[in-house]
Amino acid sequence: MTDTPAAIQVVDVVRTYTRPRTSLLRPAPVVRALRGVNLEVKEGERFGIVGESGCGKSTLLRIIAALDHATSGHVVVEGTDITRLPERRLRFLRENLQLVFQDPMSSLDPRMRVRDIIAEPLVVQGHPASGARVRELLEAVGLSADAGDRYPHQFSGGQRQRISIARALAPRPRILIADEPVSALDVSVRAQVLNLISDLVDELNLTLVFVSHDLSVVKHVCDRVAVMNAGQIVETGFTGDVYAAPQHPYTQRLVSAIPTLHRALAGATTTDLLAAKGEPG
Amino acid sequence: MRRLNPSLVAGGLIVGLIVVMALVSFVWTPYDATLVDPVNRLAQPSWDHWFGTDKFGRDVLSQIMVGSRTTLFVGVVAVGVAAVIGVPLGILAAMARRWPAEIIMRTNDLLLAFPALLLAIMFGAVFGASTMTAMIAIGIASVPSFARVIRSGALQVMRTEYVLAARAAGRQPFPIAIRHVLPNVTSLITVQASVSFAIAVLAEAALSFLGYGTPPPTPSWGRMLQESQEFLFSAPRLAIFPGVAIAIAVLGFNLLGDGLRDRFDPKLEDRR
Repeated sequence: MTDTPAAIQVVDVVRTYTRPRTSLLRPAPVVRALRGVNLEVKEGERFGIVGESGCGKSTLLRIIAALDHATSGHVVVEGTDITRLPERRLRFLRENLQLVFQDPMSSLDPRMRVRDIIAEPLVVQGHPASGARVRELLEAVGLSADAGDRYPHQFSGGQRQRISIARALAPRPRILIADEPVSALDVSVRAQVLNLISDLVDELNLTLVFVSHDLSVVKHVCDRVAVMNAGQIVETGFTGDVYAAPQHPYTQRLVSAIPTLHRALAGATTTDLLAAKGEPG
Repeated sequence: MRRLNPSLVAGGLIVGLIVVMALVSFVWTPYDATLVDPVNRLAQPSWDHWFGTDKFGRDVLSQIMVGSRTTLFVGVVAVGVAAVIGVPLGILAAMARRWPAEIIMRTNDLLLAFPALLLAIMFGAVFGASTMTAMIAIGIASVPSFARVIRSGALQVMRTEYVLAARAAGRQPFPIAIRHVLPNVTSLITVQASVSFAIAVLAEAALSFLGYGTPPPTPSWGRMLQESQEFLFSAPRLAIFPGVAIAIAVLGFNLLGDGLRDRFDPKLEDRR
């Protein structure tokens, strides 16, 4: 594992936001979304990031994808430091790193046909003959070829997420970043979408960064996992190890809060699980 | 089938009626609207002159029909000017960095504080009173409300994940504005256009009434009102007919705007 080159390195990344002033006399309040994050994702790895909502996961992803700028620190993707690069020099990143978003309602432009949505990265990056590629992609994510003529609102949440995945794969990226790709979906379609991502990552040899607030989902997909809390990474390790023997108290709480069948049958609720660890829900 | 929205239907009917009236006036009016007939001055409504005649013996119905052209023309040009300037400005203010956006919006507020009529009268005084000056002045005065509404819509679009996805694919800001932002604020543009249209109709009437709008002899509802002043007690119908025409037109465009707003509002989806 140590010889494998790193696909993504995040070094001491801090991101603070200045909120609008609430008083003339006091300085504008500052929100510290990321407080010195370090992590390394190896090429071909499936890396999970877990943490509760508001802990800075999405901010971290946006900085890795160069959609937001770090206040300080560095992000290196495939050997290039992208932290201070202007947009025109980010072409390699736009071709090699793609994202799948959380909300299947807001991640597809309601005024565009599915075919144009999927072809968008191809058109932007100047790839020719996108028609055949779009059909190929639709097939790869398990949608029929005539889906391309329809609009996003004609699809279910799971299907929309498949369209999102197809769009992300269109420019043949090497890194796929998934920001809570299944948390807005019905439980019944979650497994299908997770398996689809998993299969495609294998098939195309992608590096996967998978973010979720749900440990069991991460366990299903990822080799390694980083646990985030309040803008910092509190624990990193192989998924199995983190599950079996969580080191940090926050991780212990997260792991103990995973509902299991036998606890559920005993009538336990999330509140009970947290209370058992001495932390009232 | 969707239940039809009553204000949309009523507004559409009224606006449709005015458009038809304006179109018909090009090929047929009961009399020449500018024909002076001294024998039939101030005639009562009759089978010959449905709405009567004015102090020069001109047929009131014909004048109202021809006047609707002025009304629509002024509305279209004023709204066009407002949209052509206001929409790009609103989108720019939504996509620009903090300080340029602040400058655009504060300038906008400054213009918003200026009453449209005052601006139009000023324009009239500087460039001479004409329908064209009135239209452009009303258009410019409507720019701020357009910019404001479009900016708020564009801000919402900019926060969506499909814009993030487009940026992640390498789309530059200008193509994002054209491909994603503009198509997703068209409903707002339509609604704002019909509301501004109503305001423009009223403003044109007020300007013509004050003598800063359409000069004679081109018929205009506002000037018909002005000319009726001296006969307010002897022949009140001369004020009533154009007055009612203006009221109905304004009501029609407002209803249309309300109806379109309800039609496009996703929060009202269930009630459709």
